[in-house]
Amino acid sequence: MAVAQVLTSEWTKIKSVQSTVWTLGLAAVVTIGLGMLISVLSKNEFENMDAQDRLAFDPTFVSFAGTSLGQLAMIVFGVLVVSNEYSTGMIRMSLAAVPQRGAFLFGKIAVATALALAVAMVTSFTSFFLGQAMLGDLRADIGDPGVLRAVIGGGLYMTLIALFSMGVATMLRSPMLALGILMPIFFLLAPILGNVSATEKVGQYLPDQAGSKIMQVVPPLDDDAPYGPWGGLLIMVAWVVVAVAGGYALLKKRDA
Amino acid sequence: MIELTGLTKRYGEKVAVDHLTFTVRPGIVTGFLGPNGAGKSTTMRMLLGLDNPTAGDVRIDGKRYAELKDPLKYIGALLDAKAMHGGRSAYNHLLCLAQSNGIPRRRVSEVLETVGLTAVAKKRAKGFSLGMGQRLGIAGALLGDPEILMFDEPVNGLDPEGIHWIRNLMKSLAGQGRTVFVSSHLMSEMALTADHLVVIGQGRLLADTSMADFIRENSRSYVRLRSPQQERLRDVMHEAGITAVSRGDGALEVDGATSEQLGELAARHQLVLHELSPQRASLEEAFMQLTAESVEYHAHTDGAGPQVPGAGWGVGAQQKKGV
Repeated sequence: MAVAQVLTSEWTKIKSVQSTVWTLGLAAVVTIGLGMLISVLSKNEFENMDAQDRLAFDPTFVSFAGTSLGQLAMIVFGVLVVSNEYSTGMIRMSLAAVPQRGAFLFGKIAVATALALAVAMVTSFTSFFLGQAMLGDLRADIGDPGVLRAVIGGGLYMTLIALFSMGVATMLRSPMLALGILMPIFFLLAPILGNVSATEKVGQYLPDQAGSKIMQVVPPLDDDAPYGPWGGLLIMVAWVVVAVAGGYALLKKRDA
Repeated sequence: MIELTGLTKRYGEKVAVDHLTFTVRPGIVTGFLGPNGAGKSTTMRMLLGLDNPTAGDVRIDGKRYAELKDPLKYIGALLDAKAMHGGRSAYNHLLCLAQSNGIPRRRVSEVLETVGLTAVAKKRAKGFSLGMGQRLGIAGALLGDPEILMFDEPVNGLDPEGIHWIRNLMKSLAGQGRTVFVSSHLMSEMALTADHLVVIGQGRLLADTSMADFIRENSRSYVRLRSPQQERLRDVMHEAGITAVSRGDGALEVDGATSEQLGELAARHQLVLHELSPQRASLEEAFMQLTAESVEYHAHTDGAGPQVPGAGWGVGAQQKKGV
């Protein structure tokens, strides 16, 4: 009963601000659009590839190339959903209305995650089918082994990115601070760590590096990841659990 | 009914709220008065379970805030006017609050009507003036039709018409038997609305008294006199056992005699008066005096407050101490 009230309230909140439409819309458009573009370019490039590269060519993963940029909009969505409460001062009204802080936070996160999941799944399937259409005879079929897993995984990956951002934003409260920390993690940290073999081992346990494994059907040539697609996703889930639990612990004890 | 028992809030070394104990009763407007930084807002946040007290306890109708089911139906609060998402419409802002407490949707339209925002209900709060934001905040407080209402500095940013409106609103809410707890740093504002007064300074309780008692104890009335025959007037008054204090501008101030008595006294001795006017020191001065000395005075739980100095004390005569 009380849970239903919080969910209805959070649903009203999330659909009554424009940032929801902008961030989720941008995440979908960028992911799909960039995926199509890279698919077209890859098809043209294919003839110049050597035999080994052709063998490792992963049409499914290519159609998800837009995710790397589209996920940034998902991060902004996750951050704003939570930190809007703090930057506007609304948090005091919200917690006065729902003093059970766990119910408040998990209600908010549940609604935002459900919405992110819906958008991410549609985005993932659209990216796949439009990307494959661009790839012509190189295309993969949804019925091929591992392909459906990768497409559903793409939706889960995007959702987990948003959820991770919500957890971090709950801990940090300030939208600028949260974005200032999350953006470099997803944009800079992995490439930097990946450059040196000693740190590469660490880098592959980052949430995006581990989680994106689920979108691969054909393993890359230099693949030395010690986990499979689901193992990678599980590592990402662990990151998300830590971020959300940390946010909850802090929200529970500090002054609003 | 709100009950505070030894409520204390410390931020590191700094004590923001220091062992506050008082009760806010239903049916009257209770003014919560103190200078800026006295701990009023911190106290109100603890009351709503937003900040955790370092020590002590707050009860709303005998319960802790977190134990209240659908708390907006028990207590409605206006904390600060801009505590809302600017991109959300006034209607949706209230709707999400209503839904979280199982309050029916029609109540949103009702409170918007009450505060006079029906015409801008679908407009985004971003474009609202401070006064409109304040009205929307008040609408949020009224949403659950609660028995207890709490307003933090509600007249801030309101125009005279708005101030008049909120005064009447608070009085009518108390008249319906509700508990109304309102903070302010303006004594003059409280004098017009509050029936009971709780004064704090530096987090400590300075007075917990009815407004009538506070006025009686703290507002000094005196008579101001001017005469071209000032020396003779003083002698005459001295013989009658009346002491006068001379002010810098050549006027005399007399405590303990009415203007009627003084006028008749002067007439009997055929003295010319250029001024004979009854005066009343403002409550604002009494309040400043009370809070300025909160450093030196311990909490006055008996409500007596510190002694107000005699005739020598008045506008500009005394430097504020301890601020």
